[in-house]
Amino acid sequence: MPKKGNVYINENWCKGCEICATFCPKKILGLRGDGKMEVMDPENCIACNQCVLRCPDYAIKVEVIDNNE
Amino acid sequence: MELEKYFRIEKLPHIWCPGCGHGSVMMSIVKGIDKAGWDPTKVVVVSGIGCSSRAPGYMNFNTLHTVHGRPIAFATGIKLANPELKVIVITGDGDGAAIGGNHLIHACRRNIGINVVLFNNQIYGMTSGQYSPMTPQGSMATTSPYGNIEPPFDLCELTRSAGANFVARGTVYHLPKLDNYMEKAFAREGFSYVEAISQCPTYYGRRNKLRSPLEMLEWQKKNAVDIKKAQDMDPEELKGKIVTGIFAEKDEEEYTSKYDQLISSVQGGKK
Repeated sequence: MPKKGNVYINENWCKGCEICATFCPKKILGLRGDGKMEVMDPENCIACNQCVLRCPDYAIKVEVIDNNE
Repeated sequence: MELEKYFRIEKLPHIWCPGCGHGSVMMSIVKGIDKAGWDPTKVVVVSGIGCSSRAPGYMNFNTLHTVHGRPIAFATGIKLANPELKVIVITGDGDGAAIGGNHLIHACRRNIGINVVLFNNQIYGMTSGQYSPMTPQGSMATTSPYGNIEPPFDLCELTRSAGANFVARGTVYHLPKLDNYMEKAFAREGFSYVEAISQCPTYYGRRNKLRSPLEMLEWQKKNAVDIKKAQDMDPEELKGKIVTGIFAEKDEEEYTSKYDQLISSVQGGKK
């Protein structure tokens, strides 16, 4: 089974710079009208953690979903 | 790694602009400290003035926000008074290369055990975009509206020649490599200098046709040349490029240890 993840965005810290969206290999993140990032396609997260590594504001967390459950 | 362990969470989000690379460099330093396994109560982070120098305010160590260009002078005092402390200096291209340049070269010459991390965003961001000694030639800035005619300072070559034990340059685009340089710098005795090319979309990017943080990161990706590859390139090809990699790795004796030996020899081994 491929890895899956849940992405959490801390809206108080996100500044909407879109760096996370650019580095996301599955392109599941997008900019919302209010200037914050949002997870548009949560099903397709592969828990690669690129967004966590790249966010200069430490506003993203990814929780790996345990496939064995 | 738990953010709460190394950051003053109540101070976040940080003051830096959307897309600024400084947050990434600050995290790289913290990861380096974590890898080094240092006791946070024995770490002192010292900064000068500028965008970069706001970093220690968010970092949960012993921190000192000092005067413009002088963090290395303060850090030298801290290290000499208490050599067991791990002293990190956070500075920028204005703070470290312009007003503080002289402190930098003499700290390298002494090879004192201070880890300098220079956030190079190639502009004076805090004061709204004047060109710095590290602004690329031809760049637009508020003080160079027709393009900067000065060549930028290569501080990696300077610190290597001045005697630093460890010298490296990385970029925010090549973040895992930057993490690696921090780790190596912190593991080595003596003076270390790590330069991180960071992006300033607000004051550098907007004036230089790099309007978004993403375009600035692309610029880093396109212009970075590994030091090994750079050795086979002529100066004309290297114009405008960012040479990245490790410039120096030496094991010269550290200053405070020499100083301690001198004290004990002058006192005849008696304290």
